[in-house]
Amino acid sequence: MSRVILGIESSCDETGVGLVRLHDDGTVELLADEVASSVEQHARFGGVVPEVASRAHLEAMVPTAERAFATAGLTLSDVDAIAVTAGPGLAGALLVGVSAAKAYAAALDVPLYGVNHLAGHIAVDTLQHGPLPKPCLALLVSGGHTQLLRVDDIAGEITEVGSTVDDAAGEAYDKVARVLGLPYPGGPPIDQAARAGNPTAIDFPRGMTGPRDAKFDFSFSGLKTAVARWVENAERRGEEIPVDDVAASFQEAVADVLTAKAVRAAKEMGIGTLVISGGVAANSRLSSLARERCEAAGIELRVPRPRLCTDNGAMIAALGAHVVAAGRKPSALDLSANPALPVEVVSLEA
Amino acid sequence: MLVLALDTSTPAVTAGVAELAAGVTVLAERVTLDARAHGELITPHALDAAREAGVALKDVAAIVVGAGPGPFTGLRAGLATAAALGHALGVPVHPVCSLDAIAQQVDAGEPFTVVTDARRREVYWAAYAADGTRTDGPHVQAPAELSLGLAAGDGARLYAEQLGARVVEPYYPSTAGLVAAARDALTSGAAPAPLTPLYLRRPDAVEPGARKRVTTS
Ligand SMILES: [Zn+2]
Repeated sequence: MSRVILGIESSCDETGVGLVRLHDDGTVELLADEVASSVEQHARFGGVVPEVASRAHLEAMVPTAERAFATAGLTLSDVDAIAVTAGPGLAGALLVGVSAAKAYAAALDVPLYGVNHLAGHIAVDTLQHGPLPKPCLALLVSGGHTQLLRVDDIAGEITEVGSTVDDAAGEAYDKVARVLGLPYPGGPPIDQAARAGNPTAIDFPRGMTGPRDAKFDFSFSGLKTAVARWVENAERRGEEIPVDDVAASFQEAVADVLTAKAVRAAKEMGIGTLVISGGVAANSRLSSLARERCEAAGIELRVPRPRLCTDNGAMIAALGAHVVAAGRKPSALDLSANPALPVEVVSLEA
Repeated sequence: MLVLALDTSTPAVTAGVAELAAGVTVLAERVTLDARAHGELITPHALDAAREAGVALKDVAAIVVGAGPGPFTGLRAGLATAAALGHALGVPVHPVCSLDAIAQQVDAGEPFTVVTDARRREVYWAAYAADGTRTDGPHVQAPAELSLGLAAGDGARLYAEQLGARVVEPYYPSTAGLVAAARDALTSGAAPAPLTPLYLRRPDAVEPGARKRVTTS
């Protein structure tokens, strides 16, 4: 008998509620994916303001859930299990989703699974491309994370291969956008500007690629500073800033490091599949360069469609479905959110 | 009418089940004093209270929730819980001012104030007539700026000296107080008010100024 899983996400600035159906053969079908974003409320602050995000989550939670059930043509009584992001993320934001999820679980008398947001970004790919090969490698890139993960089992066996030592890739996009006078969030406008620019115009540094640097870690803080310095020097000389070229050259540096390290890790570990997910996965240069390099290395590349890559409830429902299918124990109803939940903890068993 | 009451506006994580008829009869209540455990405990407390009362959550006809004022994060745990329970159970959720819920339990015979701890060396307060009708507030303010007579609530106890208050119980909202404060809304059959938290403070957020230069000229 198939089971319906409700997924709730509130770790950052998107309130997401998703519904999926877990079929007997283990496949997971997307039924609804509703998101309310508070991104516009953060724009004038140039980054996510936790209290503003938390307030927005509380307002949006039930209306977003109502929309998800309407889209799926289901009622609450159809739900067989609930999955919620237990971390990592913003403490106050996580608490809203976890509180709501517990209440739904208690009222409907169904099991609750507190799950890992990062694993959700990987699990979401199964909604589009089917079961994940074991093992696979995942590159998560967004405003909040930049991580390279080895996934032996999406329901419980994930290990970190590398991560950023400073800024997340998406953060670097936001900061560089600000330097160039482009709007927040910086990803889409930089991608847009870069299309008209020359990616080899400026040779920006590739962070953490020296012989003594950790092979699979990332750093974007130096790149961000290099861009700011380049722009300031040009300004001082009274030159007009070639925004398109700066954007293209910056984007090239980010895409180059991310894909080079991901492909190298896959090759060294003998892993044949790379999944790229997270908000930055939608970046045109990252995906085209990844495609090029994966093809050359004989690696299968999977990138979920942009709507699934950004934070949403469907990814949490999808992960919940895999956790349920694997027979993991549910969480206790006194579960607490963990803003620093390690990626190795896919679900919090009671 | 079987009512579930929740409040997380103070360090007391409170959930209870009450029968509202001519009076309010509390059937069971769970309270834990822990300002850091609102999110962990409010749903287990609701389930435990229902179990002790011998009812199921789906038996309740309405939910009453304290809408604050209260420190943001804890306050939201109760409101998010109440909103989702109301959605899942298909019952109305009535917000009440948490200070009103405390006022309902004060038997003063004279005008009084309810004061709770707002942290950051401030208090939330509201003034009440002898019959428990709110006459001013809620506000958030430094206790030194206030001069009170009779006062209830944990903020009154905490800052008794600065407030010049004669402190009386209760210190926290209770199931009985919450349901009593919502009595008119519960019995009128009217649509509940929107679940708007009484934050009383704006989020701490500053718009960035001019971009900082990384080069020194
Ligand atoms: Zn994310």
